Amino acid sequence: MPELTLISACLGGALIGGASALLLYSHRRVAGISGIAAGLLTRWSQESGWRLAFILGLVASGLLYQALGLPLPINIDASPGQLAAAGLLVGFGSRLGGGCTSGHGVCGIARLSPRSIVATLTFMLTAGVVVYLTRHVMGAA
Amino acid sequence: MNGKSLIFAFGYGLLFGLGLIVAGMTNPAKVKAFLDVGGDWDPSLAFVMLSALLVLGVAQRLWIKTEAEDNETNTCGGDPGLLDARLILGAVLFGVGWGISGICPGPALVGLSSGLGGSYVFIAALFAGFALFRFWNKS
Repeated sequence: MPELTLISACLGGALIGGASALLLYSHRRVAGISGIAAGLLTRWSQESGWRLAFILGLVASGLLYQALGLPLPINIDASPGQLAAAGLLVGFGSRLGGGCTSGHGVCGIARLSPRSIVATLTFMLTAGVVVYLTRHVMGAA
Repeated sequence: MNGKSLIFAFGYGLLFGLGLIVAGMTNPAKVKAFLDVGGDWDPSLAFVMLSALLVLGVAQRLWIKTEAEDNETNTCGGDPGLLDARLILGAVLFGVGWGISGICPGPALVGLSSGLGGSYVFIAALFAGFALFRFWNKS
């Protein structure tokens, strides 16, 4: 049996939802990470400052967590080649589909956008199939 | 945007990142265990989404009366009712990458703080994917 982490999952989710609510309230912006990050590649505009600040905050959260002496487990089983392919697919796919786990999965569903509900079901189902194939059919770890 | 709004944006990013870490979203092994419904399934991460949706959903209805400003980022690439091939294909490609790696964009950025080589490879490829889309979309 896997170790369930329901309380920390709910606590973390509440922080994610709370941060998204605050960004929507004070900046009137949706906390879609792929959109914010991809926006950094466009020419500098009045949007660029807050995007960069938000992304730096994300990176800083990991630094803060480790500075407090807390463990930040990141167990990657994919090879560097797989990671490169996966990163390309996640980057391209999130822009083509207009969002990722945060933009569609949290912010879009919270406002009951059919587009986001369909996107989230699609990428979750696809990811589930990929994990099933790689773990149980192709027999990789 | 003034300095204060930048500091707040940084703070929200920090809070969002701490949420991802506490939730377990930043560990690809945990994400894959959530996606592995046919194996030793760990449903914990479903509660991350439910909890985030509950907090944001309630906040939007009771507290935040304004909608997000209408621009490209905020609309998730189109009208909420728009269900087209780009949406489905994009979500499928995203799902394949997420399933291979167990990493999505938010946790990838938090992972930069770990100093792990794999995190850097993923981030470089992620931004290459963003750039590739821009190039492809223009041509």
